[in-house]
Amino acid sequence: MAERRLKAAEELTWRDLEVGNVITDAGNACLRRTGDWRAEKPVIDKEKCNKCGLCWLYCPDGAIRALEDGYYEPDLFYCKGCGICAKVCPKEAVTMIEEEEV
Amino acid sequence: MQGEFIKFGKNLVSMKEYLAPGHNFCTGCGEALAIRLTCKALGENTIIAMATGCDEVCTTPLPVTSWRLPWLHTLFENAGAEISGAEAGLTTLMRKGKVPQRDIKFVAMAGDGGTSDIGLQSLSGAIERGHNFLYVCWDNEAYMNTGIQRSSATPYGASTTTAPAGKVSIGQKTRKKNMVEVCVAHGIPYAASACPSYPFDLMNKIRKGAEVKGPAYVHILSVCPTGWRSPSNLTIEIGRLAVETGVFPLYEVENGHYKLNVDRPKLKPAEEYLRVQGRFRHLSPSDMQEIQERVNVEYARLKSRVACS
Amino acid sequence: MSRRVALEASHAVAEAVRMAGVDVVAAYPITPQTHIPERLAEMVANGELDAAYIPVESEHSAMSACLGASAVGARTFTTTAGQGLELMHEVVYVASSMRYPVVMAICNRALSAPISVWADHSDVMAVRDTSWIQVFCQNNQEAFDMTLWAFRVGEDPEVLFPVMVHLDGFTLSHVTEPLFLPEQSEVDEFLPEFSYRLALNPDRPTTHGALGFPSIYTETKVAQEVAFRKSKGKVIQGWQEFGDSFGRCYLPVEPYKAEGAEVLLLTMGSLGETAKMAIDMKRSNGEPVGLINLRLWRPFPFEELRQAVRGASTLVVFDRCISFGGPGGPVCSEIRSALYDEEARPRVAGLVGALGGRDMSVRDFEFVIDRGREIAEKGSDEIFELVGVRGEVSGIRG
Repeated sequence: MAERRLKAAEELTWRDLEVGNVITDAGNACLRRTGDWRAEKPVIDKEKCNKCGLCWLYCPDGAIRALEDGYYEPDLFYCKGCGICAKVCPKEAVTMIEEEEV
Repeated sequence: MQGEFIKFGKNLVSMKEYLAPGHNFCTGCGEALAIRLTCKALGENTIIAMATGCDEVCTTPLPVTSWRLPWLHTLFENAGAEISGAEAGLTTLMRKGKVPQRDIKFVAMAGDGGTSDIGLQSLSGAIERGHNFLYVCWDNEAYMNTGIQRSSATPYGASTTTAPAGKVSIGQKTRKKNMVEVCVAHGIPYAASACPSYPFDLMNKIRKGAEVKGPAYVHILSVCPTGWRSPSNLTIEIGRLAVETGVFPLYEVENGHYKLNVDRPKLKPAEEYLRVQGRFRHLSPSDMQEIQERVNVEYARLKSRVACS
Repeated sequence: MSRRVALEASHAVAEAVRMAGVDVVAAYPITPQTHIPERLAEMVANGELDAAYIPVESEHSAMSACLGASAVGARTFTTTAGQGLELMHEVVYVASSMRYPVVMAICNRALSAPISVWADHSDVMAVRDTSWIQVFCQNNQEAFDMTLWAFRVGEDPEVLFPVMVHLDGFTLSHVTEPLFLPEQSEVDEFLPEFSYRLALNPDRPTTHGALGFPSIYTETKVAQEVAFRKSKGKVIQGWQEFGDSFGRCYLPVEPYKAEGAEVLLLTMGSLGETAKMAIDMKRSNGEPVGLINLRLWRPFPFEELRQAVRGASTLVVFDRCISFGGPGGPVCSEIRSALYDEEARPRVAGLVGALGGRDMSVRDFEFVIDRGREIAEKGSDEIFELVGVRGEVSGIRG
C-alpha cells in the first residue's frame, strides 16, 4: 500500500477542497479498513485448495490476495466476512470462523 | 497467473482493481461484484458517468473515492444524458485536434431506479441519438440505497417498503419492466442480460457492448442480501438460481438477433429461487404457481424469439 | 476591422457561439428561444460551426449533457427559456457547484401557470441563488458581446463558474437590429482555448461529484461562495479587456443621465432602452431624473450600486416579477437590503409591471417615475404597486 494518509472529512477546512470538490487521489478508499465490519473471517486450507482462483474472482470487495505461489489468502484489512468465498470454493477449502474479540 | 492476469480456462481476468477495496457496499453485495468485474472487463481507457444510487453512494463519500477510473456523477436520472455530453465532447475535441486521438470507452452506469424509472427518458434519448456508449444497469430490483423502495424492476410478489406485502396486498402488483426489450425496441445494436454468478459471460458481454459502434446496453441482475433478505454468502447461488429457474434468463440481442446464453433441458422450479429470499416469504403456494406460470410463458416467448433469429 | 450587420438578437447570440468555436451545443427548443438552437443547428449542418450538436430530449438532459461535455474539457453552450429553465432547475445548481463553465443564453419568459410564452423575469428570479454569473442585455450588440465575453470569464481558471446571459423573450430575442461583428482573428485573440486541469482523463483519473456528508457539506458551500464572490473582480476585468479588444465597455451598474439626478429609475434588461426615452423626455422638461441599468445581477454589485445611487433622493426600482406573499419585486427588495446600512441613501419605491409580455411604453415609464416618486414621499397602502393592471388593486398588504 502507498504511504499516504487519508484525511477524515472532519479534518478538512474549506480551503483544503479542490475546485468543484473533485477528488484527485484516485482509489484512496484503499486506506479504509472495512475489515472492522466482519463477524466471521475466512480461513483457506492449502491442503484442500487447488488454486482455482474462484474465491478471488467472486469476492465483492477484492479482499482476496493472489500470492506468488499461486495460492490465495484473505486480505483481512478489507474482508467484510460475507462468506461468499467459502460458498463458491469447489474444494470446500475455505471455512468461515468467528472473528476473535479484541 | 500470467503477469497482470489470472487465467480461468481460456478466460484472462485482469488483476487490477479499478474499484478500490475499502468501499461501503454491504457485506456480500452482488452489485459490488458486478461493478468490480465490469471494470476489469473495461480496462483503464474508460470514462464513467454514474447515476445516484448504491453504486455512487457506496464508492464516493467525500473526500474518499474507490474509483481508479475517471468518474462523473451529477444526479439520479441523467446518466444517459451525461454520457452523451462526455462522448460528444471528447470526440469533438479529438476531431478538432485539441486532445490526442485515443480509443476511450464511454460507459454510463445506473441502478434499476436510475434506469427503468426516473432515468428512462435520458437513456432512451441517448440510444435514439446513436451515441457511442455502453449503458450498464445494476438491477437489485428496488431503490435499495434509500431503503428498499419499489421500482418498475421489482418483480411481481416481492415485498418492498413502498409496496409491502400486507393483509390485503401481495406486495409488488406489477410485472418487472423488461429493459433489455425496451432497448431492443429502440433498434439498439447490442443488448444483453448478465449476472455476476456467471462472471465470464458478464465480462464478455461488457467487452462486447463496449466495443460495439453506437449504443449498447447490459442489464445485470445484482443480488442484494440487504433488500432481498437473503444470507450474504448466498449471493452467487441466488444469482445462479435466478438463471436456472428461467426467472432471469441470460441472453443477448445483436442487431435484433436473439441468442440464449444459458439454457437447460428442464428449468428448475421458480420456487427454489423465491424461497431463499425473505422478500418473497409471504407468498402462498398459489402465488408461487402464478409466478411459475408467468415464468413459463415469458421463457417460451424468449425461446421463440431465439428460434426466429 | 469589424463589420456592421443586421441580425436578429437570437442569431447574434448564435454568431457569438460560432465565433467562440464552441465544442458542444446541447439544447432543447422552447419558445421564444428556438431561433438560437435552430441557427446553431443550421451552422453545424453547413459546416460553419465545427461542434457536436446534441438534440437532447428535454432541458434536464440539455444541462446534463453540458455537464458531461464540460467535465471532459469541452467548450459548452446551451440555451433555454421559462419552463425549460424550470425543468433543468436541479441541474443548474449542479453545474455551478461542480464548477463547470457552461454558458447559457436565456430568452426570459414568464412562468406558468397560466402558460405564457412572453417575456418577464420570473424565470430569472427562480434561479437567483444558483451561483451562476448572471448578466442582462438591452440590445442585439449586447446579446452578442455578453455571449462572447461569457466564455472568457466562465472558463478563466480562477473563476470556473457557469454564466447566464439574459435577453428578454421576443422583445429582444426576435428583434433585428444593426450590430458590429468583430473579425474572427480578434475573437481568437480575446478568447483563449478552454483548458480544464481536472478534466476527466484516463491518464489522471479524477472523481467528480462525490457525496457530501454533513461533516463536509458546509465547507464545500463556503468554498463555493468565497470563489463566487471573488469572481466579480474577474467579471469586471473581463469587461475591461473586452473594451480594450472591441471598443465597447460594460460595467456592472451603468448610469444614464444620472448626473445630478434626484430621482433614479432602475431597470434590468431591454426595457431599459424604453425607459431611457422616458428619461430623455423628462430631462427635456427640466426634470432631474436618470436611469440605472443593472447589468450584473450575480454576483450582486453592492459597491457599484451604492456608489451609483448615492446622490439621489429617490430610487424607483422596476421589477418584472412578483415574489408572491413577499416584499414585492425581488430586485427592489435586494436593493433595499443593499442600501439598508448606508448612512446616506435614497428612499426606495418599487413598482412591478411588464409581466407575461405586457408591453411598456415610454409614457408608462414616465408614469413609473412619477408614481414611484409619490410613493417614496407619501408611502402607499400596498407593499408594491402594479403598472397597467385593469381593476383597482388593494390587498397587497403585510
